[in-house]
Amino acid sequence: MAKYSIFALGRNALQGHRHWPRVWRSPPPRPSYDAIIVGGGGHGLATAYYLAKQHGMDKVAVLEKGWIGGGNTGRNTTIVRSNYLNPESAAIYDHALTLWEGLSQELNFNVMFSPRGVINLAHDNHEARELHRRIYANQLAGVDAEWVTPVQLRELCPILNLDSNMRYPILGGTLQRRGGVARHDAVAWGYARAADRLGVDIIQNCQVTGFTIRQGRIEGAQTSQGDIMAPRIGVVAAGHSSVLAAMAGLRLPLASHPLQALVSEPVKPIMPTVVMSNKVHGYMSQSDKGELVIGAGIDGYNSYAQRGSLPVIEETIRAIVELFPITSRLKMMRQWAGIVDLCPDASPIISGTPVAGLYFNCGWGTGGFKATPGSGYLFAHTLAKGEAHPINAPFALERFYSGALVAEHGAAAVAH
Amino acid sequence: MSGESNRLTDGGRIDRTRRLSFRFDNKTMYGYQGDTLASALLANGVRLVGRSFKYHRPRGLMAAGGEEPNGLVRLRQGGRAEPNVRATEIILYDGLVAESQNRWPSLEFDLGALNDRLSPLFPAGFYYKTFMWPASMWPRYEAVIRRMAGLGKAATSADPDRYEKQYAHCDVLVVGAGPSGLAAALAAKRTGARVILADEGAEFGGALLGNGQQIDGRPAIAWVAGIEAELAGAENVRLLPRTVVTGYYDHNALVMLERVADHLLQPGPGQPRQRLWQVRAKQVVLATGALERPLVLANNDRPGVMGAAAVQTYINRYGVRPGRRAVLFTNNDGAYPVALDLARAGVAVAAVVDVRARAPIGWRGDLDRLGIELMADRAVLGVVGRKAVTGVQIGKLNEAGNAVVPGLSRHIDCDLLCLSGGWSPTLHLLSQAGTSLQWDARQGCFLPGKARQAVRVVGAANADFRLQDCLNLGADAGNAAANDAGRRRRGRGPHKPLADVEPALTPPRPIWSIPGTGKGGGKAFVDFQSDVTADDLRLAAREGYRSIEHVKRYTTVGMGTDQGRTANINALGIVAEALDVTVPQVGHTTFRPPFSPVAFGALAGGQTGPLLDPVRRTPMHGWHQDHGAVFEPVGQWLRPYSYPKAGEAMAAAVDRETLAVRTSLGLMDASTLGKIDIRGPDAAEFLNRIYTNGWKGLAVGGCRYGLMLGEDGMIFDDGVTVRLGEDHFHMTTTTGNAAPVLDWLESWLQTEWPELSVYCTSCTEQWAVAALCGPNARRLLAELCPDWDLSAEAFPHMTWQTVAMGEVAAGLEARIFRIGFTGELSFEINVPAGHGPALWAALMAAGEKYAITPFGTEAMHVLRAEVGFIMVGQETDGTTTPDDLGLGRMVSRKKEFLGKRSLFRRDTMRQGRPQLVGLLTDDPGHRVPEGAQLIAGADPAPPQRGLGHVTSSYHSPNLGRTFALALLQGGRARQGETIHIAYDGRAVPATVTGPRFLDPGARAK
Ligand SMILES: Cc1cc2nc3c(=O)[nH]c(=O)nc-3n(C[C@H](O)[C@H](O)[C@H](O)COP(=O)(O)OP(=O)(O)OC[C@H]3O[C@@H](n4cnc5c(N)ncnc54)[C@H](O)[C@@H]3O)c2cc1C
Repeated sequence: MAKYSIFALGRNALQGHRHWPRVWRSPPPRPSYDAIIVGGGGHGLATAYYLAKQHGMDKVAVLEKGWIGGGNTGRNTTIVRSNYLNPESAAIYDHALTLWEGLSQELNFNVMFSPRGVINLAHDNHEARELHRRIYANQLAGVDAEWVTPVQLRELCPILNLDSNMRYPILGGTLQRRGGVARHDAVAWGYARAADRLGVDIIQNCQVTGFTIRQGRIEGAQTSQGDIMAPRIGVVAAGHSSVLAAMAGLRLPLASHPLQALVSEPVKPIMPTVVMSNKVHGYMSQSDKGELVIGAGIDGYNSYAQRGSLPVIEETIRAIVELFPITSRLKMMRQWAGIVDLCPDASPIISGTPVAGLYFNCGWGTGGFKATPGSGYLFAHTLAKGEAHPINAPFALERFYSGALVAEHGAAAVAH
Repeated sequence: MSGESNRLTDGGRIDRTRRLSFRFDNKTMYGYQGDTLASALLANGVRLVGRSFKYHRPRGLMAAGGEEPNGLVRLRQGGRAEPNVRATEIILYDGLVAESQNRWPSLEFDLGALNDRLSPLFPAGFYYKTFMWPASMWPRYEAVIRRMAGLGKAATSADPDRYEKQYAHCDVLVVGAGPSGLAAALAAKRTGARVILADEGAEFGGALLGNGQQIDGRPAIAWVAGIEAELAGAENVRLLPRTVVTGYYDHNALVMLERVADHLLQPGPGQPRQRLWQVRAKQVVLATGALERPLVLANNDRPGVMGAAAVQTYINRYGVRPGRRAVLFTNNDGAYPVALDLARAGVAVAAVVDVRARAPIGWRGDLDRLGIELMADRAVLGVVGRKAVTGVQIGKLNEAGNAVVPGLSRHIDCDLLCLSGGWSPTLHLLSQAGTSLQWDARQGCFLPGKARQAVRVVGAANADFRLQDCLNLGADAGNAAANDAGRRRRGRGPHKPLADVEPALTPPRPIWSIPGTGKGGGKAFVDFQSDVTADDLRLAAREGYRSIEHVKRYTTVGMGTDQGRTANINALGIVAEALDVTVPQVGHTTFRPPFSPVAFGALAGGQTGPLLDPVRRTPMHGWHQDHGAVFEPVGQWLRPYSYPKAGEAMAAAVDRETLAVRTSLGLMDASTLGKIDIRGPDAAEFLNRIYTNGWKGLAVGGCRYGLMLGEDGMIFDDGVTVRLGEDHFHMTTTTGNAAPVLDWLESWLQTEWPELSVYCTSCTEQWAVAALCGPNARRLLAELCPDWDLSAEAFPHMTWQTVAMGEVAAGLEARIFRIGFTGELSFEINVPAGHGPALWAALMAAGEKYAITPFGTEAMHVLRAEVGFIMVGQETDGTTTPDDLGLGRMVSRKKEFLGKRSLFRRDTMRQGRPQLVGLLTDDPGHRVPEGAQLIAGADPAPPQRGLGHVTSSYHSPNLGRTFALALLQGGRARQGETIHIAYDGRAVPATVTGPRFLDPGARAK
């Protein structure tokens, strides 16, 4: 396993790049494993990596129905931040953010985590009040958060429309400087390569079609490549989690919606930071390649089809042109959708289930990319130890019975 | 360059009487009406038009249409500047200004070209393997990468142009106006079907514009003109040139972008720049043609390497000769007519090189006559020259096509290399529509699979490459589509056009990359725009990126602004070879909308600024404006926040308004509250299920405050609902929740309780509401309603009456609710919206003697907080139960209602939940910010868990101090304790109190 570095690049350049090793092996599945992870997105791959790395498990397989990273991991707008309102959420996302900060080195794969700051705008008094509440909550939790005035916003993002004649003038916003963006594919590939190096089998084109459960215990999975046994199975299937739950006779409190995004053609840098607006609904950053990366809303219907409708895009682009008037003559190059799994409280589920040995990690909805390293770390702990890590304990399924929800809707969006 | 050195003396569809001047990179040049920027540049002898994305290699034009990968320019200046525009799609106009991109300091001399020298260090995905050490340096590396990447530069100011949207229905939408599209449109038109024909080009005719073919013994273009005239004259046909169909969504919803004024210096008065169409078509005919692929060989990106069909178009359509001495290299029959056209245009054709063992015989005679050398079973192995082609290296391949047979190599001088690597049907839209594509190994291209929507594919898009087939099958498809849309032809059939006889087509030899000479022969590009080479693809495969989606993402092949229109198939072939599998085993990547990039402005369609979201104003808005109101947006509404007098500070104004209500009289515009008219025999039962409290006992004439919960048991909205009649209620909601509440009611009525006979109608905007509050409220109202008994006995609190107001109040009939939100004696006077201003004026005039004071939302907030009234969205945040707010008494134990079950969950019943309390800071002048956190100790240092947060915080002139409301864990039991309010590193001590600070007592009765 050759280490990646500038020297390795130089050495290989001399050999016409003929000798780079495989990023991962793609072996055929073995008949049984100590643990199976269903779903080769970032979260699933990270889980496998930490199972091997932190818990010494070397008979682990990741089963992916398509190609790894082809779900929401490879479709998302990659915003990473941890300035969530509830202390439980701040803890889980900040733990992840800390892992992001050393991830390229940890994986020896440049995931291009770019802490260029994330700004959330306030367009009315109600939003300003809610955002201040979040800042004060973050200050107490030890998460970096600050209020920025329109004057500061002009510095931070010169192309932002700060005109007071805007339909909803910008009153200010929050800034998390440690937040930013990363390269989504690299996260999947980096974890896959690092997990593979520790012995994890990454098996693509392997769809799980059922579970073998005996006397309330999981024994294995039925797949498009045959039956594979394992005493522990962790499902990390994002928008398809409820489908997999149904295979085990479970119902999860999830709704699957298409969430859309788009990119512009690449242009020279104009957008130094990440700006999000709830009120007019649009958010934007610029990829290192130069494309403006824009997040739209969810379609109004539930669906598993990974494509969305145009009206959602129109609505978002209106917001973007309003917020950044110089983008009017830039062009949308690609649009797409991913299926997001939304919980009623907009918080994730990392939990055991009534089936012993069967665990779910889902419900990350519209915002789980930022949690990828932390989610994998905590889920690996939960799987290996058979009990939750303190950070993910509040996110068990139990909360939907007890009512101890972790409400992260950004507080009820009510105006008077 | 001196003038139009490459313009042919005659021919082409340009108007030589209309000479146009334009500037490219600050050089003035000339072209003609009918030129594109690309053809004009070629005519002027310009070869170098841009620098490539990654290696900054010099690049020239390769294509003549929307598939052009290299010729991207920045068009226009200032707010109209548009980066990354394909020169082949820019219709030339007088005064056009364009500049090349991605080069510094100049196109000729670009420092970025150093990348090309260092390129061995920059193979596909190199950035994943480096820039990791030291970690702290990444932001700097990244800044450099960002500056190097990106293509053009965005505009520097806002766009001055306007955009429009239009929606249409039709029976048959025909996409593409080449021979098959025209034939289809004509056949459909003749059935009487409503037809839309859209083509991205400025002129109809498609391939016929560029290839001198004949129909009915005349130039095909004359046939095109005839059809176009017939279609243009028909009422049931809409012709849309310069209109590209960009998206194909479910249920035959298609999106088209019409470039209304892009071919002009600027839009005419009142004219939009572009128009975005959304069409719902019963039937679609895709006649989108095919794209010629380049061949992948060493240095195939040098300026002067062009597509054979593009060269033909430049000659025939634009009267431009793209070179002086040409070599053609082909794997199919398509290049042969191009050789003849080149020769006719006076270009020396050095050779036609055909990689197939046997060249087609049908063309031999013509070639011989023109003295063109035909080299069958040979390949161009590489291109010589840097900023322009100077020659090609020719050799022989082995049978498998993967190695060069040594010893047979030969050099030919030329300045133009025409490549024809076969044709790919343009099926992007079909794929967007959900149709899978089938690989045809013989033709080396994808063909349409079984359609999932009501769509037909004809002509070259269906790999029917012969003109006669296009004409016949096009007409059949148009007719069949119209039939399926319910239209039948009347009268006699049309004349069947006859194309000239073409030599029989012989099969192509699919070949994905031409092996090099082996001596580091140079990069062989697959995706010119993204700078992806055949070696990059092989590297990806070798490294284990086996899925085509991984290859795409790792190498970026097909991810440029042309979405890999010319690259994707070659890439698939190369990857299949590298993995030793077949092309269908590799599969293709998903085609995503849009087919052609769409300006944000067009998608926004002018719905920005004031049109972003409707601005809602109350009937009394004008009065507020005239009287100095400062407005705040509340949802879509504009509400007066306060009415500061000249020179008065905002805080002072709010204090003044607050005091006035408590001491004499205030007036507030409450028109924005949501209002829902609820009728039906089951209305009371319905409300009983919606609200936490009971509604059946409410008498007609009564008002009741209600709380509604979500299914999670958390407060969703509140408001007063009045009983107008036995079966008739008038519900009020908070301003921001008017629509969500109506949605909520409807979703229960329509999906869960269809048995209830209830109708809900929004009437928010039908009523103007003036809230008259203060100790003098009754006195004033009595003056306005002299004939009415307004005493507390005759008109008690929480009732309503229809009151005939006197002459002073313009004789209005008003619905008056004896309810209020300030704790003072209040009357909410509802009149039909149109009477709002009159009512307001009457109240203000008559109230003068009581110093009546209009007050805004902020004074209202202070007043309600002083008496401990909650504000949904402020004291509640979606996690608050009625009991948390001390409103447990409003929750019925007896009946069922939405959310009830959740109130009995463990966590909802837990002791120590956040509860509503009052807070008084030790320093009475200190107003803490809303949202500040509550902590027990005096040290705000993180990390620690808070005990709750401040929900409302004001200065009260009535209390003579500040006060706050808060949600505090176990708060009701903590009254009298000291806690600390933490924010910005401070911890402010405060005493916990009850949430009610003031009691107006008897004066409110
Ligand atoms: C448009 C969009 C924008 C977003 N923007 C952001 C953002 O800016 N910031 C942020 O933090 N988050 C964002 N998100 C959310 C984020 O993408 C997800 O929360 C996160 O990537 C989920 O990762 P995952 O690994 O759990 O899921 P995925 O990457 O979706 O992986 C799940 C995998 O399970 C596989 N699978 C499903 N069923 C089976 C089966 N039966 N057998 C085998 N395999 C199966 C799927 O093929 C898939 O590869 C966005 C999402 C979308 C769609």
